[in-house]
Amino acid sequence: MAGEAQTATGYIQHHLQNMTYGKLPAGYTRADGSVLSESSWTMAHSSQEAADMGFWALHVDTLGWSIGLGLIFCFLFARAAKKATVDRPTGFQSFVELVTDFIDKLVKETFPHRNTMVAPMALTIFVWVFLMNLMDLVPVDWLPMAAAKISGNDHLFFKVVPTTDPNATLGMALAVFALMIFFSIREKGALGFLKELTLHPFHTGKWFFDVLLIPMNFLLEAVSLVAKPISLGLRLFGNLYAGEMIFILIAIVFGVGVFGFIGAGLLHMGWAIFHVLIIILQAFVFMVLSTVYMAMAHHRDDEHEHDQ
Amino acid sequence: MNINLTLIGQSITFLFFVWFCWKFVWPPLLGVMKEREQKIADGLADAEHAQKDLELAKRKAAEQLKEAKDQANEIIDGANKRANQIIDEAKQAAHSEGDRLKAAAKAEIDQEVNRAKEQLRSRVADLSVQGAEKILAVNIDAKAHDDLIDKLAAEL
Repeated sequence: MAGEAQTATGYIQHHLQNMTYGKLPAGYTRADGSVLSESSWTMAHSSQEAADMGFWALHVDTLGWSIGLGLIFCFLFARAAKKATVDRPTGFQSFVELVTDFIDKLVKETFPHRNTMVAPMALTIFVWVFLMNLMDLVPVDWLPMAAAKISGNDHLFFKVVPTTDPNATLGMALAVFALMIFFSIREKGALGFLKELTLHPFHTGKWFFDVLLIPMNFLLEAVSLVAKPISLGLRLFGNLYAGEMIFILIAIVFGVGVFGFIGAGLLHMGWAIFHVLIIILQAFVFMVLSTVYMAMAHHRDDEHEHDQ
Repeated sequence: MNINLTLIGQSITFLFFVWFCWKFVWPPLLGVMKEREQKIADGLADAEHAQKDLELAKRKAAEQLKEAKDQANEIIDGANKRANQIIDEAKQAAHSEGDRLKAAAKAEIDQEVNRAKEQLRSRVADLSVQGAEKILAVNIDAKAHDDLIDKLAAEL
């Protein structure tokens, strides 16, 4: 528990606040009562400050952990790939090959087009998102309290699970979305992409009707296009956020007497075991959906066009 | 839970890691895996080939063995036939030699018998002449009765 004087609400809120570095405007009254003489970049000392920073703020913990875990992934896999031998695969190489083979097969099934980037992307997503989700299994107070001790600041905000930050999941979804649009335009041309957005799903074959149908088509297609990255990002975020929330609630029960401690211990164990499934599943789902979206971007509806 | 610059930062990070994996992780890993796959496939093909060779060799050996056996049987049969032939020939030769000897012996015996008969006949003639001489107590002219005596001897 972080501080005995804290209320349960304060504890939860503290745990759900990212370490934010951003710009505060001049004349802003800080959490400790001081007033800023001029606008400056600084760490947020309260949730209100973080919110007031607006768009121009970075979640240092989210970026730090995600980049750190991504580097771990890159380092381990690149080393395994570099050291890989044909004759006798050793322990870690076998594991890496197992994962790679699994992804390769899956991508070959869902992505029938020629693009060497999609399979590595799927591997990156799967392992990276899994590692980020895995941070959820670290007891909720360990890393934040360690960070608070090291920094000497008891009220340090420190979220260790990047995927419980919508910025992280939506950021990745946004990158997938950008790749989708990029490949769509590369495969079909800008005109082809526009046609796809405006001449589907309603199409009569007579140009004057088609012109009338363009707004309708565009509305439908644009919504379905934009819904893809948003649902992709929010699905991962929602699952992990809910899981994290329950871990935090269980952590509160730890402080309620001996029975509370034992009960919370059992609950924590049960939820953690269940959560192992969720973190793998969500990493998998994010990867599969990204691959499917890439396949959609590469898909040319040729037969369809011939019919009309 | 504010949406802020982290969103863009995360997107860039994501693209960087994907690029890294695409360039430095995926190709060598898959290369090694493909190579091993090829190696295993080759090994299996070799094994199959060796198996086939072995089978072929076995069949060849069996064939040769059978041939050798056939040949041996042939030789034995030939030898047996030849032996029988030799025995037959020997039997025939023995048979004919026996017949020849028998015939010769018979001829000799007949000769002996005839000679003995001749002797006996002439002896009987002499004896009968002497007997008649003694009986008649006269000297009959042997020359005068030669015909008679010969007739008598022939009847004996």
